Amino acid sequence: MIGVGKAKQYANVLDKPLSRGRQEVSLSAFAFLFSELVQYNQTQVDNIAELERRLEDAGYAVGARVLELLCHREKGNRRETRLLGILSFIHSTVWKVLFGKVADSLEKGTEHEDEYMISEKELLVNRFISVPKDMGAFNCGAFVAGIVKGVLDNAGFPAVVTAHFVPIEGQQRPRTTILIKFAEEVKQVCIV
Amino acid sequence: MALAAIYSLFIINKSGGLIYYKDYGSAGRMDTNDSLRLASLWHSMHAISQQLSPTPGCTGIDLLQAHNFDLHCFQSLTGTKFFVVCETGAPNMEMLLKVIYELYTDFVLKNPFYEMEMPIRCELFDLNLAQVIQKDRVALLGR
Repeated sequence: MIGVGKAKQYANVLDKPLSRGRQEVSLSAFAFLFSELVQYNQTQVDNIAELERRLEDAGYAVGARVLELLCHREKGNRRETRLLGILSFIHSTVWKVLFGKVADSLEKGTEHEDEYMISEKELLVNRFISVPKDMGAFNCGAFVAGIVKGVLDNAGFPAVVTAHFVPIEGQQRPRTTILIKFAEEVKQVCIV
Repeated sequence: MALAAIYSLFIINKSGGLIYYKDYGSAGRMDTNDSLRLASLWHSMHAISQQLSPTPGCTGIDLLQAHNFDLHCFQSLTGTKFFVVCETGAPNMEMLLKVIYELYTDFVLKNPFYEMEMPIRCELFDLNLAQVIQKDRVALLGR
């Protein structure tokens, strides 16, 4: 019979329901694409700080979109208004969707009131990357720091976010920490 | 699977230049120039053998057996050759070469700071390679 089993045709593409889509992407495909992103930006800049900023900007765009998408899909269009709420949203929901697992840990900084840290044994984006010694403390995790910054800025919690390698006793490879330093206005409005 | 002692590992690029050399034996350590010469020598022999072979469709030398050692070679589709010098009769070398090829594709080719055909200077590649070799060595010889 003609027409049986055919998907319902929508007159307007905007009426089509947002599908969940495929949940997984090939890690190798992402690794090659990310490697090319880093290489492309390396040709456009003069120094390492510029390169980190460019990766961060690339991540920022991802973060902004991920926030919108996840708020719609996972949280039923409700937005976080509290600091701890948005941080645990990033630590679990965002990380789960982007990297397949929740982040290793979320800690509050001991020295400053407005600093928080998300730690990971090894960021997924860094899995195949060996930074040469002459690039010093450069971390491709700046891309992930950009994603976090994008989510926070667009949720109304402006912050400065950076990625650092933290050497650990007895382990050859250092841990990675995403350091989040909130702006002045956030400190005054949201008290924990 | 258990593997016997490996004496050395070479990786050469498609033009015959040595891009990685690791010495595991206690005897016969080669200096840089010698290892470079040996690599280009092998590259030429491998190419000549393809021409000399009486059977059509030959892809080069896979195994060279000598009195004191064996040499197993693996050539990827792109012409990069991985060869390992090991003790005579060592089993499962082909599998080891395939594992090393996989490590190469992961930690060297996906590294944005690696230039193609240049010597390999990737920390993660060295680390994982050492783990693979060590795991097999401990399994068989208890060293």
